[in-house]
Amino acid sequence: MTSKKPQETNSLTFFTPDDEQSLDIPISRNTVSAGFPSPAEDFKQKRISLDKTLVKNKEATFYARVSGQSMVGAGLDDGDLLVIDRSLEGENGKIAVCFLEGEFTVKRLLMEKDSITLMPENKAYKPIRVSKDSNLLIWGIVTYVIKAV
Amino acid sequence: MFALVDCNNFYASCERAFQPQFNNIPVAILSNNDGCFISRSDEAKKLGLPMAAPAFKYRKFCEENGIKVFSSNYPLYGDMSTRVMNILGTFTPDMEVYSIDEAFLKFDGFKDYDFDAYGREIQYKVQKCTGIPISIGIAPTKALAKVANKIAKKLKSRTGGVFVIKSEEGRIKALKWSKIETVWGIGHGNLKRLQTRNVENAFDFTQLPDEWVRKQMAIVGLRLKKDLEGIPTLDLEDDARDKKAIATTRSFESTYSNIEDIRERISTFASSCAEKLRAQKSSCNHIVVILRSDRHKKNEPQDRGTAIITLPYATDSSLTIGNYAVRAVDTIFKTGVKYKRAGVIVSGLIPTNERQLDLFSSENPKHHKIMQVMDSMNDRYGDYKMKIANQDLQRTWKMRQEHLSPRYTTDINDIIVVK
Repeated sequence: MTSKKPQETNSLTFFTPDDEQSLDIPISRNTVSAGFPSPAEDFKQKRISLDKTLVKNKEATFYARVSGQSMVGAGLDDGDLLVIDRSLEGENGKIAVCFLEGEFTVKRLLMEKDSITLMPENKAYKPIRVSKDSNLLIWGIVTYVIKAV
Repeated sequence: MFALVDCNNFYASCERAFQPQFNNIPVAILSNNDGCFISRSDEAKKLGLPMAAPAFKYRKFCEENGIKVFSSNYPLYGDMSTRVMNILGTFTPDMEVYSIDEAFLKFDGFKDYDFDAYGREIQYKVQKCTGIPISIGIAPTKALAKVANKIAKKLKSRTGGVFVIKSEEGRIKALKWSKIETVWGIGHGNLKRLQTRNVENAFDFTQLPDEWVRKQMAIVGLRLKKDLEGIPTLDLEDDARDKKAIATTRSFESTYSNIEDIRERISTFASSCAEKLRAQKSSCNHIVVILRSDRHKKNEPQDRGTAIITLPYATDSSLTIGNYAVRAVDTIFKTGVKYKRAGVIVSGLIPTNERQLDLFSSENPKHHKIMQVMDSMNDRYGDYKMKIANQDLQRTWKMRQEHLSPRYTTDINDIIVVK
């Protein structure tokens, strides 16, 4: 706890304690009356956070839900959750969320000299080839897929 | 050097980031309760949709001109704003968030920097990461950065949205281009006085004698003049202190003429203000309560009631603020008037830990603990599960939002769907 800005009078000094900023001090729940302290106490670490692991660039990360089976070969099933990083550049071979003809689509990018092909990973779907100057918008790059099992 | 970064048509851009099909289509955003237009894309501006136009008068205009209309989606705009500001914060340690879509950046010790290139890098990064387009004005002072920003935005085809005032000639040219009424900090009152001195643009203003400006426009005016002359006078402001008042005001779905209903609404708004106060660790000295009838219904009795309360001590307690605000309702409420809009504004803000101690009148210390419990419960269980007893416990108040887009970034059930 810290005290902030004393308000002074002639002889008395009043301190208003700042008790809003609580410090998170890990306190062990296993109180040991008079015995030996837990040997794990000195090795306390932060729990694993999926947020920290899956999100590299917090401000540029967005999520999307997969609809359909066009990328099933890449492990993207209907209903899966995608982690998308918008800060990454669209590169050949990356799986990207694109916006084309009024809807979002997720496909693998095949970049050639003057065209981009959106490659599905399911034989039932056809690749979509667009010229480089078309109005294809590469919205973000898929970095992880999260699925319920 | 200072930069003023401004998000282009921010609310419209937030909607477009998740619905790119509206990228080249006119878009307009309605205020809370779908009352009037508060943000328009460039295309909608060009079509002549006025700012603050009442929605009901322009419904047909929007349909006929193919303007896509959205209700305001503040959870989305708030989150996108945070993203933009956090990215801006990586470019300099000194920053002042000026509004939801504007920030001043200060570049201290950036010697021999190519600010034009740096500005473009900032612009690219924000657009790439969030999809929000921004304009940047960079100059030796805050007021000049504001001028540069306007040039960046107005002459977009030439500037690409980034403009730097780097030389003395550049400064003079920019000031001559800026009409006096568009200059930051020149109010209506000053405008008349300046026109009597034939001041047409910002440059003319800087040519006035210092004494005249100080006499007519006080020290604030003189500071502005120095800043426009290129002498850094205005500095970044401390965010917490800068926020001089906090308001919660709403239009109702329908109208209310029963005092009980109004008391309940005011109590809820007071609670919301108090919560915002606690979040920024401030307390207020004054409460303003306003009640408004529907000014578009000219055949009905009109009333605009305002009550200003000076508190005996500064407080951040929902209980205290709520009590005084509800008592104020009783003094301004008029029977027979149909109220359409009401609000609570708290002002005279001071940091809570600098509150004066008063021996005879002060807050019941128990309030502090109660408020802490209330904030943490509402934080954990959401949707205001804990309320003050004069707030309505049954009803979760619904705003009129007929054109609301999903909360793409704050609700897992609202994220985009990809095929």
